[in-house]
Amino acid sequence: MADKVLNIRGLNAFYGSKKAVADVNIDFFKNKITAIMGPSGCGKTTFLRCINRIHEVNIEARARIEGDIFLNGENIAKMHPILVRRRIGMVFQKPNPFPHMTIYDNVIAGYRLNGIKKKKHEFDTLVEESLRKIALWDEVKDSLYDRGTFLSGGQQQRLCMARALAMNPDVILLDEPTSALDPIATAKIEGLLSELKEHVSIIIVTHNMAQAGRISDYTAFFYLGEMLEYGTTEKLFTNPAHEKTENFLTGQFG
Amino acid sequence: MKELTVKKRMAKDRLFHSLVLFFASLVVIPLLFLLGYIFKKGIAVINWDFIVSMPAGVGESGGGIVHSLVGTLLLILIAVFLSVPVAVGAALFINDHPKNRISQLIRFTVDMLQGIPSIIMGIVIYIWIVLPMKNFSALAGGVALGIMMLPIIIKSTEETLKMVPESLKEASLALGAPYYKTVLRVILPAGLSGILTGILLGVSRIAGETAPLLFTAFGNPFLNTDLFKPVDALPLLIYNYSTSPYPEWIRIAWGASFILVTFVLILNLITRWVVKKWQIKF
Repeated sequence: MADKVLNIRGLNAFYGSKKAVADVNIDFFKNKITAIMGPSGCGKTTFLRCINRIHEVNIEARARIEGDIFLNGENIAKMHPILVRRRIGMVFQKPNPFPHMTIYDNVIAGYRLNGIKKKKHEFDTLVEESLRKIALWDEVKDSLYDRGTFLSGGQQQRLCMARALAMNPDVILLDEPTSALDPIATAKIEGLLSELKEHVSIIIVTHNMAQAGRISDYTAFFYLGEMLEYGTTEKLFTNPAHEKTENFLTGQFG
Repeated sequence: MKELTVKKRMAKDRLFHSLVLFFASLVVIPLLFLLGYIFKKGIAVINWDFIVSMPAGVGESGGGIVHSLVGTLLLILIAVFLSVPVAVGAALFINDHPKNRISQLIRFTVDMLQGIPSIIMGIVIYIWIVLPMKNFSALAGGVALGIMMLPIIIKSTEETLKMVPESLKEASLALGAPYYKTVLRVILPAGLSGILTGILLGVSRIAGETAPLLFTAFGNPFLNTDLFKPVDALPLLIYNYSTSPYPEWIRIAWGASFILVTFVLILNLITRWVVKKWQIKF
């Protein structure tokens, strides 16, 4: 158990009466990158959003889950969602820095929004550390007090990663973080992930199997709301156990 | 033959263009005349004394309208203070729960409120506030005006909140921020320009309202800043003075009209400036 950060048992997710994720059992390893891969509409994003309970936010969607999710052995259903989300960070598909805040304030937005007070020099260090982690420091160190919206899409997305990392979470969830970016920005972010996993466990949703192959240690393959296969990326890509996985990997659907 | 049809069509087309232009100018010309007339009649009355001093007695010349300027500002402050929190709250709720029964009810009420004649608003507030308190008051006037501007602020805030992407709200919540911080520190600041625009438009809409004040703020020939006493207001002063038999008072009514129109004009200019300066593109 010690090397597992998240244990998920019998997870079902529904939108109203429609089932989107069916009976998923999975353990995520500490300080590893796990890719969740599958064709669109397979429930991978829904699954990811259950992990930090962000699915509860949109009341109109009437999303609900059954089953248990344990973060370091603690049942997240019994924790306050606010505490869950402080320990499980998230980066979204489209870069979404806060447009009315400076780059500096964006990085420490988690602290500001939670009313956590720190001394100015502590925040300074935190901002620099977080921006260095995602290799944005050198690019923005002279414009920390400008609004973040003038940055390129890739820089904005890295800023969003810095914002999530600054909270020092146990896990960070990435929901197709590069799907809105160009190949160069994508390569940059992919390169960062292998360094980041020293600090944090990473779960990344992607419909791009090449990306999953390049960056992840473990891969889970989702299809029609079910998890068909889970294992080391090497094993899953070279010797898939399931026929559907093989078909997906060989490009027969997706 | 063919040549002729084309020419005919082009002539018709030109005629149509001129008609459109004609009707368009029909809108602008009376408005310009109206503004011009008010400016011509009013500007002669305006001087510093007119703005800062109390009215002179009947038959005396000079004097000013400071009591109704102060009254109008007081009424607007009360109206804004009362209606903005309610309106922003309502708009937030509608935006978060678009299909909820209460949201539908709010939307329906907002549409109805916009259609209610302002004199009726005045009478209702008279029954609700003036009668129980046994006194005409600035408070009653402010409440009447506040209700008048509610629908405007709710609508513009709702439109603004729709433009704030869901992803920003999620970004904040995903950091563990509680809902109230997300609203106060992320959603409202991101929509600030639209909300301010709504408030300014609402103010310029109610600044000239006379009917709801007749039974509530009532008017007062003296300077008053007590919320529980009657106050004067520019539209009330214009109404009372322009129907009086004294030429001097009629002149003052023109001066007050000029000030009221200029005030609304300036508000509109500020609104444009706010939109340009503070709007955040998503």
